[in-house]
Amino acid sequence: MDGEELTEQETALYDRQIRVWGADAQRRLSKSHILVCGMKGTVAEFCKNIVLAGVGSLTLMDDRVVTEEAWSANFLIPPDENVYGGKTIAEVCCDSLKDFNPMVRVSVEKGDLSSLDGEFYDKFDVVVVSCCSKLINEKCRKLSKRVAFYTVDCRDSCGEIFVDLQNHKYSKQKIEETIECQLQYPSFEEAISVPWRALPRKASKLYFALRGVFEEAEGRSPGEISIADLPAVLKLKKELCEANALNASHVTDSLLERLIIGTREFPPVCAVVGGILGQEVIKAISCKGEPLKNFFFFDVMDGKGVVEDVSNPKKESK
Amino acid sequence: MVSERQLEAIKGAKVLMVGAGGIGCELLKTLALSGFQDIHIIDMDTIEVSNLNRQFLFRQSHVGQSKAKVARDAVLKFRPQMSITAHHANVKDPKFNVEFFKQFNVVLNGLDNLDARRHVNRLCLAADVPLVESGTTGFLGQVTVHVKGKTECYECQPKPAPKTYPVCTITSTPSKFVHCIVWAKDLLFAKLFGDRNQENDLNVRSSDAASSSDHAEDVFVRRKDEDIDPYGRRIYDHVFGYNIEVASSNEETWKNRNRPKPIYSADVMPENLTEQNGNVAKNCVVDTSSVSAMASLGLKNPQDTWTLLESSRIFLEALKLFFAKREKEIGNLSFDKDDQLAVEFVTAAANIRAASFGISLHSLFEAKGIAGNIVHAVATTNAIIAGLIVIEAIKVLLKDTDKYRMTYCLEHITKKMLLMPVEPYEPNKSCYVCSETPLSLEINTSRSKLRDFVEKIVKAKLGINFPLIMHGSNLLYEVGDDLDEVEVANYAANLEKVLSQLPSPVTNGTMLTVEDLQQELTCNINIKHREEFDEEKEPDGMLLSGWTQAPPAKDDKQSMNDKQSIGNGGDSSNALQTEPADAVKDGEMEEISEPSGKKRKLSEGSKASILDATDGTRNHKEVEKLDDDDDDDVVMFDDLDSMTNKKKRLQ
Repeated sequence: MDGEELTEQETALYDRQIRVWGADAQRRLSKSHILVCGMKGTVAEFCKNIVLAGVGSLTLMDDRVVTEEAWSANFLIPPDENVYGGKTIAEVCCDSLKDFNPMVRVSVEKGDLSSLDGEFYDKFDVVVVSCCSKLINEKCRKLSKRVAFYTVDCRDSCGEIFVDLQNHKYSKQKIEETIECQLQYPSFEEAISVPWRALPRKASKLYFALRGVFEEAEGRSPGEISIADLPAVLKLKKELCEANALNASHVTDSLLERLIIGTREFPPVCAVVGGILGQEVIKAISCKGEPLKNFFFFDVMDGKGVVEDVSNPKKESK
Repeated sequence: MVSERQLEAIKGAKVLMVGAGGIGCELLKTLALSGFQDIHIIDMDTIEVSNLNRQFLFRQSHVGQSKAKVARDAVLKFRPQMSITAHHANVKDPKFNVEFFKQFNVVLNGLDNLDARRHVNRLCLAADVPLVESGTTGFLGQVTVHVKGKTECYECQPKPAPKTYPVCTITSTPSKFVHCIVWAKDLLFAKLFGDRNQENDLNVRSSDAASSSDHAEDVFVRRKDEDIDPYGRRIYDHVFGYNIEVASSNEETWKNRNRPKPIYSADVMPENLTEQNGNVAKNCVVDTSSVSAMASLGLKNPQDTWTLLESSRIFLEALKLFFAKREKEIGNLSFDKDDQLAVEFVTAAANIRAASFGISLHSLFEAKGIAGNIVHAVATTNAIIAGLIVIEAIKVLLKDTDKYRMTYCLEHITKKMLLMPVEPYEPNKSCYVCSETPLSLEINTSRSKLRDFVEKIVKAKLGINFPLIMHGSNLLYEVGDDLDEVEVANYAANLEKVLSQLPSPVTNGTMLTVEDLQQELTCNINIKHREEFDEEKEPDGMLLSGWTQAPPAKDDKQSMNDKQSIGNGGDSSNALQTEPADAVKDGEMEEISEPSGKKRKLSEGSKASILDATDGTRNHKEVEKLDDDDDDDVVMFDDLDSMTNKKKRLQ
């Protein structure tokens, strides 16, 4: 237990959430440092949630200029050129986020995250990126201290979250008792290497579909994929399914089409997925409550929010 | 992606949001981003500091201002083209009548109390406007869809009533800390600082009624020249010492229970009285809102659990401060969770009582939560629920009936899901709100008065606060501003008559009609005369059927044995049930019916509740539609008994 007490200001402001996760967890939150890369709508939602929760600091990275697409799903960007003109997405969002909680230090970092070194990563406890990067995940894993890694992506009416907490110790409540638990997470690379036939038959088809989409997208800048790429993606899907002995009809063409065409985010999905992500990060920092492992999917079509454990059972220690 | 059809529907929709708090802020933001253009918001509350951890449209500088208005202004900043109309008013105000509701394509609730939810439900039914309901508590949340004629209405399934406690548990045999809180808040605090004329159960268990009630009056009132310190100790010794000794002497009560220990101030605090006087003199605070016993005594952390000694010191200090700094308010005070001194006093008193009865003491933080009915809340759950509400709202606008879902946001992964959608049910044919099925009331028509019927059935159970009661074409009772003196006198007289003696006699076989004009609700009740009622099980002397009361929260076995009970909110009158609105008035309860077994099945083996689903009980199996080109994975909870059961799923 940390020696410092919460201030009177914090106790008054955070009263309702301290009643959920306790003063100890609130203290840990106030000492945590979060890095976020790629300020899409869902990430904006996440940032709002995490700032309200009272983290120590939040660092934003997104050097893109503000466009109509940017502010259409991101309520942190006012659609007024007088306000956003000349600024990057991260800078505009930073100004808005500071307002939500004066006790959180919100700042902007420029540059390409994947080219920065371990010393930079070491400043943070949590890294959230909006397009998956094995490279960034690896950098997080190379540090001596544990840096929690998350990716989040929403397209069309679907959303996906990937979680890597490496070795995570936490406590959970079972009736009146507190139980200490531990979970072992695979890296992103390890996770997607798990052969598809090892996964349960009813595993979320979004998992497979998105792997196909992302593999096609690899190496290309986000948003570059379009309907023109659909035939290539369908071909890739067929190959992947054959290689993995998965029935190709399990991942429908219409699903893939939706994901290719619908690159814009759907605001209600941003709210849902950004909320789930917020909760998960809070759990990871506070070490309280069982975090999800290791993929989360949401699809408006069926309305389900599903957790898939994509990990190699042999490597796990239960 | 949003289709053309969806975009059209969204752009042209007129939406009513009821509530601009935790869910409301998230909802308004998501509606705006999703392209909605015309929104009305109703909220009667003003902004408080404790809201700011999640109601992100508000800032510290907005504290005290109208939630509806500030929310509107905040959203207009990033969607200036929208039309947002803010109503800083109570949704129950008559101006929000059926005509008002009819102008909307859908109503979205983000409320925090059962009473308002029922009211909106009835208006939506009367106006035939779809309603999307929701609620959150901590990490739990849910969204439900209600469309007249197609799905259940909000009241088709009974909602849990607020918890009440038997009077004697509070006055004589507390076994939990919450009992001590209710005693400290509704009895002691009320007696010392509240309305003197209010009936109070504080000394209810005195053996000799006549002499001890005189004795009681003397005890609690401060005598003319009495110094505050001896007064404080006198009160302390009376309620924690003398009263406990008296109660302890009753053999029957303590046969199977541990006797409480009387506690006297001299034993706990044998210190020099003048020392305490000195402290008060130094405390020159003028601002009543910052008057605090904790501050006086140097107890800084609200999370610390005080000892008996600390609690006793706080008790006396708080009492002293009330008289020293807030004398004018004494006699008019009612407990307010945001009144620091009141919370300190109640915590201290509850703790001392707890010590007496061998119950563990609690911190101010915990006590405040219990006394103030505070509901824990975080931003993330509200954000998730808001997203789900908008998704359902769009389906409703497009009338995609078979896509409607009730969605539950779970705290723990169940069947691999954190968000669990379930198909809505068809309307309940016995729901008196949406199906106009008559209810039955067993009552002694020669003994029960009309007043009993009105208070205990019409208001308390049916939630009709402005009733019109008719027997055929004869008006037995009504309320309204447009009544003349004669009518008012007439109705007042009727209230005092027993049913069989009313101008239009109500006897066995009579059908009464109860209406609420504002809610456009009509309810027919068949009267059945019955001579005797079980004093323990039916203390009201009435039995209403065809209406299912949800099971009370867990440990209420005792309440069946007692004639009266007390709720943890509202006043300490002998009402069998505190009105839901009162019970949550000073709290922020955002109600949710937990999908964990608290729903009662309306008929055996019929309803698939979330509990059954998560338990994987034999009655239910999960069927997933095989998809061809269809991406829809519909979670359907088919029960094997559906063959014999009339209750059908929404097709």
